[in-house]
Amino acid sequence: MDIIFNGKPRETQASITIQELLDQMQLDCMQVVVEHNKNIIPRQRLAETVMNDGDSLEVIHFVGGG
Amino acid sequence: MQINVNEQNHAFEENTSVGAVRDRIKADADLLIVNGFPASDETLLNNSDRVILIRRGEVPGTDELDALLTARHTPGVHEIVKGSTIGIAGVGGLGSAIAIALARTGVGHLIIADFDIVEPSNLNRQQFFIDQIGLPKVYALRDTLARINPNVRVTACHLRLTPTNITEVLGHAQLLVEAFDQAEQKVMLIETFASRFPDRPIVTGSGMAGYGPANTVQTQQVANNLYLCGDGSTAAAPGTGLMAPRVGVAAHHQANAVLRLLLGHNPAKEGKL
Repeated sequence: MDIIFNGKPRETQASITIQELLDQMQLDCMQVVVEHNKNIIPRQRLAETVMNDGDSLEVIHFVGGG
Repeated sequence: MQINVNEQNHAFEENTSVGAVRDRIKADADLLIVNGFPASDETLLNNSDRVILIRRGEVPGTDELDALLTARHTPGVHEIVKGSTIGIAGVGGLGSAIAIALARTGVGHLIIADFDIVEPSNLNRQQFFIDQIGLPKVYALRDTLARINPNVRVTACHLRLTPTNITEVLGHAQLLVEAFDQAEQKVMLIETFASRFPDRPIVTGSGMAGYGPANTVQTQQVANNLYLCGDGSTAAAPGTGLMAPRVGVAAHHQANAVLRLLLGHNPAKEGKL
């Protein structure tokens, strides 16, 4: 299926969860904020949130310092 | 003609000098400002000129101070920012500078939260002073803000923000500033606040370590209600320290993003939200 990932089209397997996608991309969920269809998803819900065709996903990576 | 003197309107005859205005309104003033610039006694005034009369060393009363502090603001800004409540999570290098910028801007209520104590190693970039070492940062900052603008109400919370207390501590904030140090804590705060208050904007900072070009620090809209200030990638790490100039650049990106949001402007580009 096709999703929009960080503003760009991307092909993924069907019925993938957000957590599975992050794992495939080797992204550490402790350091990213995930926005799914304009809603920010808490990390404890990443494994239960299934993506659908046409969904949008923004993954914002954070670094330390402040 | 009408002359605005110390933020109050007064009627004067044509061809009145600023010295004559001083003699009538505030005879002991020894610094005369006309339309933002120092002027001599004999400077003649025109209708609707703005005059500020200052006696050096004198501390104005609270109401007069409010008017004088904001005399250089763009018209219309003060009324809006004065009615706003902003939450600042973390008052280290980012949060202390953001709080000071927002207090100078005249934000009515700041909620500041941080568990930390002022240490000597903070002074390379954080807005604290040697005589504040050992104090909780939120109390030290509250004192500093009162010295700058006593009309700002400051709620200082000396505690560690967690998913269970964020709603209680920051629930009155119409807009949240994320100013933590650790990436995991930034994520925790944003997830928690955005889940509870999805309609309230969050202004976050990420990537301001080192002494790379200041121009790579930007303000971007990275999600529906999330604005990120920083270069997005330069982490604080061994060999890449946090230093006053670049942390200050990022902090003031954040403070400006807050101001633009309050005024209904898009923080990341020209134009309205």
